[in-house]
Amino acid sequence: METGLTLNHFLAISGALFAIGFAGVLIRRNIIVIFMCLELMLSAANLTLVAFSRFNTTEAGLPDYNGQVLLFFIITVAAAEVAVGLAIIVALFRARQTTDVTEIASMKN
Amino acid sequence: MTFLFYIFAALALIGGIGVVVNKNPVSSAFAMILSFLGLAALFIQLDAYLVGILQILVYAGAIMVLFLFIIMLLDIEDEEGRRFGFFSTAGAIVVAGGLLLVLSGVLKRFEDGDKVLKPLKAMADAPSDVRQVGELLFTTYWFPVQIIGILLLVSTIGVVVLSKRELR
Repeated sequence: METGLTLNHFLAISGALFAIGFAGVLIRRNIIVIFMCLELMLSAANLTLVAFSRFNTTEAGLPDYNGQVLLFFIITVAAAEVAVGLAIIVALFRARQTTDVTEIASMKN
Repeated sequence: MTFLFYIFAALALIGGIGVVVNKNPVSSAFAMILSFLGLAALFIQLDAYLVGILQILVYAGAIMVLFLFIIMLLDIEDEEGRRFGFFSTAGAIVVAGGLLLVLSGVLKRFEDGDKVLKPLKAMADAPSDVRQVGELLFTTYWFPVQIIGILLLVSTIGVVVLSKRELR
């Protein structure tokens, strides 16, 4: 079955998702939502890896599984990062009673 | 096939936009789950079954539940009707738009970008992708796997320390 999908389709979706996450990091003030947008950017990069892995076939005609191994590592690191990041956010909330990044400005000046 | 791609790509993008525009963090988290489901479907469309399932299990399952748990634990209220800052919104749109513009220019010139997604006949006879990725993990990439194990251990200890000690 022939499809009209090209590598660029997937890369464009990945780029758009990355841009959305990036805009979210800049726009939002709630630190938890900022953190979620960071996760969104990581997943957008994942899509790029899978797309390249699928389109860059080996001689045997299989996808290049090295890319998927890298993605496995990225998912693991993201999980570890979320655990530590959320622990920091909880500690911050206990100290300041806020998750608004504009109110956490003690390092300013 | 093609219309499925557009449906799931739209799901991923709409979920992503939902994360950014929702005022309520809980709604943001649910939009995020929606986005991850669309993304996982795209992975499966790219014949990466293991990774698609991992995306649902780890991201939509574990990570987003952790986010929801923390949001509800901290009992964060909506950003009560406060508009997003004008400058930050304008700046974000300009920067993200510029990024997209540069990216579209790069994609236009990218020669391999026109490769068409063809079904891989060799995949029918080859071992499943779980086996292929697993073999790579335990042969070529055995050392990074050890490092990742240490990373997980360190992050676990770090979380325990962070949430136990009184920060002052």
